[in-house]
Amino acid sequence: MTPKIIKVCVGSSCHLKGSYDVLEAFKAVLKKYQVEDKVDLQASFCLGHCAHGVSVSGEEFLLHGVNAANAEELFTTEIYPKLFKE
Amino acid sequence: MTNYLDQKLFDTNVQWIKYKVLKEIITRAYQGGLDQAYYDIPRIISPGPKSELNCCIYKERAIVQERIHMAMGGDRDNPNPVQVMETACDECPAAGMLVTEACRGCMMHSCQEVCPKGAITIMGHRCHIDKNKCIECGKCAAACPYSAIIAQKRPCIKSCKVKALSIRPQDDKAVIDNAKCISCGACVVSCPFGAITDRSLVLDIIDMLRESENNTRYRVYAVVAPAIVGQCRFGRITQVVTAIKLLGFHQVVEAALGADITLYTEAREFQHKAAECENPVMTTSCCPAFVRFVETNFPEFKDAISTSPSPMITTACLIKHSDPTAKVVFIGPCAAKKFEYSLEKTGGMIDSVMSFEELQAFVDARGIDTTKCEDSQLDNASFYGRIFAKSGGIAQGVSHVAQKLGIDGVKPVVMNGIDECRQHLAMLRAKKETANFFEGMACDGGCVGGPLSITRSPKNVFDVDKYGSSAKEQDIDGSVNLYHMTLETASEKE
Repeated sequence: MTPKIIKVCVGSSCHLKGSYDVLEAFKAVLKKYQVEDKVDLQASFCLGHCAHGVSVSGEEFLLHGVNAANAEELFTTEIYPKLFKE
Repeated sequence: MTNYLDQKLFDTNVQWIKYKVLKEIITRAYQGGLDQAYYDIPRIISPGPKSELNCCIYKERAIVQERIHMAMGGDRDNPNPVQVMETACDECPAAGMLVTEACRGCMMHSCQEVCPKGAITIMGHRCHIDKNKCIECGKCAAACPYSAIIAQKRPCIKSCKVKALSIRPQDDKAVIDNAKCISCGACVVSCPFGAITDRSLVLDIIDMLRESENNTRYRVYAVVAPAIVGQCRFGRITQVVTAIKLLGFHQVVEAALGADITLYTEAREFQHKAAECENPVMTTSCCPAFVRFVETNFPEFKDAISTSPSPMITTACLIKHSDPTAKVVFIGPCAAKKFEYSLEKTGGMIDSVMSFEELQAFVDARGIDTTKCEDSQLDNASFYGRIFAKSGGIAQGVSHVAQKLGIDGVKPVVMNGIDECRQHLAMLRAKKETANFFEGMACDGGCVGGPLSITRSPKNVFDVDKYGSSAKEQDIDGSVNLYHMTLETASEKE
């Protein structure tokens, strides 16, 4: 199975709102849920939603206002079910 | 229309004319009339009937035509982006040491005393220089108490530190020897007739933007050199970012992000070298003119050049890793980047290069008033990446990173301008150099003194420092994490 992609925006706006912390948080979450080899965590330069806080996207989802504190919750409620629905 | 000369946007009148031509070309690329450019633009820029700059209006317009040619890409068969415009070249006198009327035929004749070649005689109350003996060392000119001896040299030849410029005997025009030229652009700045200039790729960039169909078919990113902060005479840097986006770019990314990573990879590379040999020697690789200088003038140190890609290339790699169909345009003050981007080793990461001068013309041609633009954030890099723009920035950064990573023995030396580069590398050749990490920059002052800057004001250095300090990241960790996450793993996977 090709790994699913999670893209964290590191464009200027998101960076200033803490995308590096979000990246770290996702790294930890992927490890915790043992899906590191199933998910390819990537950085992206601007997903085009600069006004709404740090954006995280994949083929199946698009989230705004992500931060280190809500990363795990969003992963379990919004991302994981959509990435691995079967 | 804004009179930029009055507002001191440009340093020289040569830049002002270059700007006017570029602006006309860009306007026509959008509004039509490019096919009439060679006929119309010379008449707009030099309306006549009398010529203010040349012998006649026809020559003046012919020179404008040459500028149009360069604005539209110049001689595409010539790999060198720095090219001589032959009609514009005024065939300046190059008589060498010349005794002027101010010579009083004095009793002391210091000129004769200091001449190492015995080329000076005093005849009829006047100093005479034997051209066959004179080596144009200039000692007589310095010694004369009346400043009566001048060195009549061509400004272009004087500016060229690698002796790539010469005079073609048959017509006295300046010619560039591409085998020697490092495309630093010093002659572009120094020619008082503006007869040497850089090819503009702006029409290619306009096509690239247009064919992206508003960044829907693919996205076009602008990577900006950190020296840009000193260039924002109209509006803030954050407004300039908005202006760049209004030109049709999807996003603006700091090249300083790649610079952060360069610091890391260069420090690691030094560590490997130090583990392999007792006396490691390494030079930086971010200044393409310096790299070329080492390759042509000190080939024995070719292997000492860092294999780290330049910040421009690394930043583009990051972008293309996350967005494989992206196009990347570098915007900077550098003439040499206009050949670096096409080198095989860069792997086609950069699709085109635009100068700060061209950016200004582009923004103005599109009727964008930067001062009225909203602010867009620009923050991708750390303090250290941002100070790459000034001479000494890499040495400062690499010392910091080496210390942080526990890498011992890095002894950096700052080589500011080609003269200093030559001096230190010659010392290295003679085994008299104590440093082992060589920061080389071809332009005096570093990129802030780049030839295609709007202004090369000394103030640029302060702007760069201030801008560096304003970065969210004060250290390179975030950028390095990004590197580990993307580029490093990508190469490991291969």
